[in-house]
Amino acid sequence: MSVAPPSQQQARIPFYRDTRIIAVLLQIIFLFVVVGFIWFLYSNMMAGLRRSNLLPNYSFLSQPAGFPISESPIPYDPGRTYGYAFIIGVLNTLRVSVIGVVLATILGVIIGISRLSSNWLLRSVATGYVELVRNIPLLLQLFFWMIMSQAFPRIQDSINLGGLLYLHNRGVTLTWMREGSSFGAWLIWIGIGGLAGVILYIARRIQFVRRDRPGVALPWALLLAAGVALVGFIILRISSGTWPLALDIPELQRFSFQGGITITTNFAALIMGLVIYTAVYIGEIVRSGIQAVNKGQREAARALGLTPGQTLRLVIFPQALRIMIPPMTSQYLNLTKNSSLAVAIGFPDLFSVAGTTLNQTGQTVPVMLIVMLSYLSVSLVTSLLMNWYNKRIQLVER
Amino acid sequence: MRRQVLPALATALALALTACGGQTPQAANTPAPATSAPAAVADTAAPATQAPAASPAAQPSPGGRIQTIISRGNLICGVNSVLPGFGNVDSTGNFSGFDVEFCRAIAAALFDDPTKVEFRPLNAQERFTALQSGEVDVLSRNTTATLTRDGSVGLDFAPVTFYDGQGMMVRKDSGIESLEDMEGARICVQSGTTTELNLADQFRSRNINFEAVIFQEADPTFQAYDSGQCDGFTTDKSGLVSYQTKATNPDDHMILDVTMSKEPLAPAVLQGDAQWADAVRWVVYATIEAEELGITSANIGDFAATEDPNIRRFLGVEGELGAGIGLPNDFAARVIKHVGNYQEIYNRNLGPDTPFNLPRGLNTLYTEGGLLYSPPFR
Amino acid sequence: MTTESAHARPTNPAMVIWDWLRQNLFNTWYNSIISVLIVALLFQLLSTFLGWLLTTQGWVAVLKNLRLLFVGRYPADQVWRIELVVAMIALLVGLSGGVWKGIVRNLATGFGLILSVLGLLAFTFPNDGLNPFITPPIFLLGSAALVALGVWGGSRLAEAARIPLLISWVLLYPIAILIIRGGVGLPIVETNLWGGLLLTMILSSSGIILSFPLGVLLALGRRSNLPIIKGFCVAYIELIRGVPLVTVLFMAQLMLPLFLPDQVRIDSVLRAMVAVTLFSAAYLAENVRGGLQSLPRGQTEAARALGLNPVQTTLLITLPQALRAVIPVLVGQFISLFKDTSLVVIVGLIDLLGIARTIYSQAEWKDFTGGVWRETLLVVALIYWIFSFTMSRTSKKIEEKMSVGYR
Repeated sequence: MSVAPPSQQQARIPFYRDTRIIAVLLQIIFLFVVVGFIWFLYSNMMAGLRRSNLLPNYSFLSQPAGFPISESPIPYDPGRTYGYAFIIGVLNTLRVSVIGVVLATILGVIIGISRLSSNWLLRSVATGYVELVRNIPLLLQLFFWMIMSQAFPRIQDSINLGGLLYLHNRGVTLTWMREGSSFGAWLIWIGIGGLAGVILYIARRIQFVRRDRPGVALPWALLLAAGVALVGFIILRISSGTWPLALDIPELQRFSFQGGITITTNFAALIMGLVIYTAVYIGEIVRSGIQAVNKGQREAARALGLTPGQTLRLVIFPQALRIMIPPMTSQYLNLTKNSSLAVAIGFPDLFSVAGTTLNQTGQTVPVMLIVMLSYLSVSLVTSLLMNWYNKRIQLVER
Repeated sequence: MRRQVLPALATALALALTACGGQTPQAANTPAPATSAPAAVADTAAPATQAPAASPAAQPSPGGRIQTIISRGNLICGVNSVLPGFGNVDSTGNFSGFDVEFCRAIAAALFDDPTKVEFRPLNAQERFTALQSGEVDVLSRNTTATLTRDGSVGLDFAPVTFYDGQGMMVRKDSGIESLEDMEGARICVQSGTTTELNLADQFRSRNINFEAVIFQEADPTFQAYDSGQCDGFTTDKSGLVSYQTKATNPDDHMILDVTMSKEPLAPAVLQGDAQWADAVRWVVYATIEAEELGITSANIGDFAATEDPNIRRFLGVEGELGAGIGLPNDFAARVIKHVGNYQEIYNRNLGPDTPFNLPRGLNTLYTEGGLLYSPPFR
Repeated sequence: MTTESAHARPTNPAMVIWDWLRQNLFNTWYNSIISVLIVALLFQLLSTFLGWLLTTQGWVAVLKNLRLLFVGRYPADQVWRIELVVAMIALLVGLSGGVWKGIVRNLATGFGLILSVLGLLAFTFPNDGLNPFITPPIFLLGSAALVALGVWGGSRLAEAARIPLLISWVLLYPIAILIIRGGVGLPIVETNLWGGLLLTMILSSSGIILSFPLGVLLALGRRSNLPIIKGFCVAYIELIRGVPLVTVLFMAQLMLPLFLPDQVRIDSVLRAMVAVTLFSAAYLAENVRGGLQSLPRGQTEAARALGLNPVQTTLLITLPQALRAVIPVLVGQFISLFKDTSLVVIVGLIDLLGIARTIYSQAEWKDFTGGVWRETLLVVALIYWIFSFTMSRTSKKIEEKMSVGYR
């Protein structure tokens, strides 16, 4: 018995007053309670499932799903398996999350900076926006955007913006690019451009370090890469007679647009709702992050002759970033989790696909298990990535 | 000595606590029969025993569901709340509709009181989970009987109460005359339904491309179609008739003259409880048999003194028909007295005097060329 | 230059405005552009919005469904019970305002004002005759009067009323639930009839009240050095925080009966409460933990040096300070809990948002061009907004007051 030695050695303290023993005892009791409770739930579940002959079984994952999915980033037809449908659900959730996170960050930074602007009007509008949006439930906002999108004209009477962009109640149809016959050759040019850009970037960084002076490397590198790609674009047009990329102008067919890309209203409403809602919180994080940077830093930067833009970019923001990363992580996770509200507005995310699957197969427990594990792993991976990034920028300080 | 006592004490405490943990929800929440508590304690207090040893205790005797319902004092019925004619909530909060009436009929058979039923609105996607977990006792929610649902989804279907078929609603001005005209069309459909699957099958077999827009709830699905986000809206034909009345301009829409599938709608219970399934089955048959015998809620009193042994058995005046399926012997009489026969139920909710005015079609007695046929009550 | 002239305060009012404008809107060229753009945009938005607000006829949909909006399907002849609870709250709020003054009194004043405004508005509502003796205006104005009475009485009683008031607040929740649900003498109103704002309030207040102790326990558990307790708390917190609320609600609403014996049946509103509580507790625990971590070690060490045992140290020294430090975060958490209760719509409970959806899909309103969803959602959004905004403002005030106190 592991508890025996301490009570022997310290004979003065009776065992029931020895905090170490009590602690161990309490924990054992607690463990028994928890395990017992979980066992109780588990055995009830298994008994119920056995009685109705519904024991968990994962073979359905390789059965054909048979249900349509309205949009998916990779090809799908109802003949694919449930497992494949799940993957589409996960991809859709990730697609919404990634796009949402990027847009919400951009909007959030704009709001955060606007709230500190010296322009009274801009500051007030940003404050008004924050106070309006964050006090109304996200689901209500999603309903609003969804019904709002239905108020657009029908596809036959789309709002036509210059023949390149159409607005209608099924979404937004945009003119997009279509790859031409010389697209493959152009990829090589892009590769060369990218390589040249990287080399330039590294070379300049080395130069800065050697001269011990700060400077701008990335814009020049990007410019070089883009320039090479553009030159290749024109050379290919001359040599092969076709553009590597052609404009894909949408044309209204009987029921839908042919060509271009269409962002569906369900997707757009979901992104709109998530971005507008999350940006408020990100804006507040940005604002308090900037405010938290010591005032002396700003003054010192001014004294060194940096412009306000340079001060913000080179002095304030890098320091604010360090404060901002942890709360930002939880906002990104919130956005990902909130994307499960897609189920209410008809976007086939993970939760919605899972709902259909458990309805068709009756395998409630395995399906919910898969859903929970998927969200958990997305959350954990995001946390890990952000923690890693957090560590990295914290090191910059030293 | 002390050291010996300690672990024993700890274990005893833990066991006591565990048992309490298991019991609290019961004590707090149910007028459950006292017999269930020891079972739960036995189940939890012996975590070390293997599952087979524990499960017989948790398994109720056959007919457990009926016992549960009776001791609870009301029936919990999963219904639709947004499909006028079949299951709908009016602004005062009362449920009405064809499927809802069958819930009341079952409650009448069990309690001699059609109001002893709690309606649990469910959407198409939730309904089977709710039945599987025991959240509802019976599902009467325009559910199509299929093999998969009977088998792997774990349902047991009662007799079909409504023979339906899947249809397609389109706008009149869209120029769509048949499914073949719908190449490339966008179609609104509700998830978790057979229509969702049939849609895919039908269009695949005809080699027509389409884009499905899938909503979880029925109302948003139709709203999306009504606002023009979809070119077509598909569900059971009876549902289409009901929804057309909800459209902004009902005259702008039409239902294509094509039946995409067979949709026999039936109440369902969870499989594995044969007695409860029998009870529901024979309540449904009772409404059909009553129509065949010409017994209605209005004239049932006239049959009290009848000499016809068939009717006497049916109404429970003689014989022990109900006992075999866990119901009182006069269950059929209770159903008819409180709810009525099939014809009454149909006419009240879907018949000529309602906005839907659905012709009975296949839903007439076999004697009139329909499919309604009750096995004999003997 | 500009700053100096502002301090000089020219007497000409036109000059003051001009200076203000120049400093706040047109101080740089890009700010000027931004200002002009914003003015144009705001004008466009507001004129459209106001134009719609004043001309739309759709309000009738909201007016006709007021009872549904506030209490759901709660039986009409029992609505007086909810009115009684509101009146009790009004009196308590008033008394507290009188006793504590400051922020609490501001809150009480705001509450009373809202009640009076609603009361005056209520004269225009169609009376659905659900209570012939107490019509909505009388009830609302009466409650406002109770607030005023409370403030007056509270300021007279002052110190003496503190303890009894605190006890009344603690007792309010169980008593209110008892009155609303019934049981002792009153007919029972089943929870499936609860809906609208009533359900939203009950779900969120239960979530707030119940998740608080649980969250604190979890936070302490996570910082404990007992490995099993710590492991359990970490696992629980991370598991719950890793999944969306919808999945937790789905489990609670549709799958829970599977895990319980056949005879056990937990009411579905109660289950939603439990789900919301369990979910919220995990987030709350992390916030409280943040507060505990922010305390300097010296506090614990000093407590130990004074001879306090660990339990005393936690209860008397660390926990109060930690909770104080995280009050703003906690209020933020409560606001999000209040908003998150709207997700119960997805699992079939009809709360405030669910009622909104019911109202705008009623067949009667299909003749209104474009439907009545804008009006309904606007009213519901306004209700949510008032509650959350009040909470966030109050927390801000408390925060300011506290940080002043520290200096």
